[in-house]
Amino acid sequence: MTITNRWLLPEGVEEILPPKAIELEQLCRKIIDLFSTWGYEFVIPPMVEYLESLLTGTGEDLDLKTFKLTDQLSGRLMGVRADITPQVARIDAHLLKRDTPTRLCYLGSVLHTRPGKSGDTRAPLQVGAELYGHSGVASDIEIVKLMLATLNQLGINQTYIDFGHIGLFRTLSANSSLTITQQAEVFEALQRKAKDELKSLYKEWKVNDASSKALLELIDFNGDVSVLDDAKKYFKNFSPDIGQYLDEIKALSESITGHADVSINIDLAELRGYHYHTGMVYTAFVPGEGDGLAFGGRYDDIGSAFGRARPATGFSTDVKSLLKQQTIVKNSPPRIFAPASGDSALTEKINSLRESGKIVVVELDGQQASASDMNCDQQLVLEKGEWITKDIT
Amino acid sequence: MTMPDNITIAVSKGRIYDEAIPLLAKLGIVLKDDPKKSRKLILDTNQSNIKILVIRATDVPTYVERGAAELGIAGKDVLMEYSGDSLYEPVDLGIAKCRMMLAGLKDGKPVLDRPRVVTKYTTITRNYFAERGQQVEIIKLYGSMELGPVLGLSDWIVDLVDTGNTLKANGLVTLDHIADISSRLIVNKAAMKMKNGLIKPIIKQLSEIVGDGS
Repeated sequence: MTITNRWLLPEGVEEILPPKAIELEQLCRKIIDLFSTWGYEFVIPPMVEYLESLLTGTGEDLDLKTFKLTDQLSGRLMGVRADITPQVARIDAHLLKRDTPTRLCYLGSVLHTRPGKSGDTRAPLQVGAELYGHSGVASDIEIVKLMLATLNQLGINQTYIDFGHIGLFRTLSANSSLTITQQAEVFEALQRKAKDELKSLYKEWKVNDASSKALLELIDFNGDVSVLDDAKKYFKNFSPDIGQYLDEIKALSESITGHADVSINIDLAELRGYHYHTGMVYTAFVPGEGDGLAFGGRYDDIGSAFGRARPATGFSTDVKSLLKQQTIVKNSPPRIFAPASGDSALTEKINSLRESGKIVVVELDGQQASASDMNCDQQLVLEKGEWITKDIT
Repeated sequence: MTMPDNITIAVSKGRIYDEAIPLLAKLGIVLKDDPKKSRKLILDTNQSNIKILVIRATDVPTYVERGAAELGIAGKDVLMEYSGDSLYEPVDLGIAKCRMMLAGLKDGKPVLDRPRVVTKYTTITRNYFAERGQQVEIIKLYGSMELGPVLGLSDWIVDLVDTGNTLKANGLVTLDHIADISSRLIVNKAAMKMKNGLIKPIIKQLSEIVGDGS
């Protein structure tokens, strides 16, 4: 390796420098403070744990995303977490063992073996909130509102929120004549909304039952909330479960129609996170971004993999990608330069300024750099026997 | 992604472009600039909110996936090679049709151990042979695949075949049909959610224009 590229970081792994780093830290605090005011308790799960527990109930996607290493103490495989949600689900199911609704939140770095798409980060700073122990739509409403409140912190003035329901695909494919292999192909085509391709597959398989056809039709059920009424009509004679799913989405979208700056999109063929989501899924988008910003949904099955089934819903997002969207730019607080001096009055003044939250940068003996070289906008000067702050002109 | 009411369509250069432009014209989207004369990379259309990019075929999915363009027109060969489920492919436009084929020398000897295959389409080739349960060595080339078997670089080639004349002229024959290829309309996932009101009608009209009515 030559000296010139020894300093390069791995692809998709970045560091954050001043002044962005402190802005990121402040945003993290703001979000955790917000979660706290909604009654979410903070937990700090470990960076690595045994693979079995890290991947329980989450499916193959997360497995491929997880970096693995061998534990020298036990010889067992450990994984660097690629998602914190399963860890928090484990904490709820195994450690807290409460029977009441439990609200937990977390913040931490995760690591992905491969970026979502080329150019994406492999080390997001994941923040999220999870609500356990309630299976009704009320908990989904709370999580969606909390997700919107989080985005609100950034000063984003237009948010798009997309609602889907994993139950539709599960119920329809279970009631269809499709084999397991065919279902997997339908799933794959639905994710790409590849209607024409699916049509020719059906022709090839000679599939013609109502549930299979409905799966194909799901592709076109997207758009504003009127989609739900159309779907209700279309699915009138199907399993009552489907009607209930549609009602859930309707209740959820009605609960946030009051937000003027939020546009709702319904997509009944949305299958993101299918391998562990069980009910409604929601994604927040903002204009100018080619991908979602915050992701959430219901995942009632994970807890059962840990021995205690608990209904669960929650959302998470990458704070680093949130920061890019932050439009409220706070003026950075003034930095005050204090000259090198043995004067005890100056030390006292510096202490009192720092106690009141001011930034004081002290000159070091023999230092060549001036106050403005040190990025200071004010300095302490001795006037009439008193140390006062003055703007640097 | 561009502003709320704007749509950018990324179109593959060459044959796909030639066949896609008449389709777009049927939607009422007509180019103002001629890409063969203009050096502009972003072309205006008669609709002020719709722009067209004419770019290399393999770049089209990247532009659309990352949201630099909301819509794209790309060959299924490129999409299969791109792999993943990060794009919507709602309409088979039925244009720029051809076939992905396995080909070899006309009087080629049976290949005993590990066959070597030259191709530009390494993902498609790997998947195809994996499905057949056959272990092969894949050698990536960027053009003139037909030379592979002729010069002893490989046993077979995997390539797009249109008329088959190039194969014939170089003493090759097709051995197996891997996939039918045609161009697809592709859509950025976020754009489908945020600009649904603009994009859904385009999808609907396009599938009506090219559709078989089913």
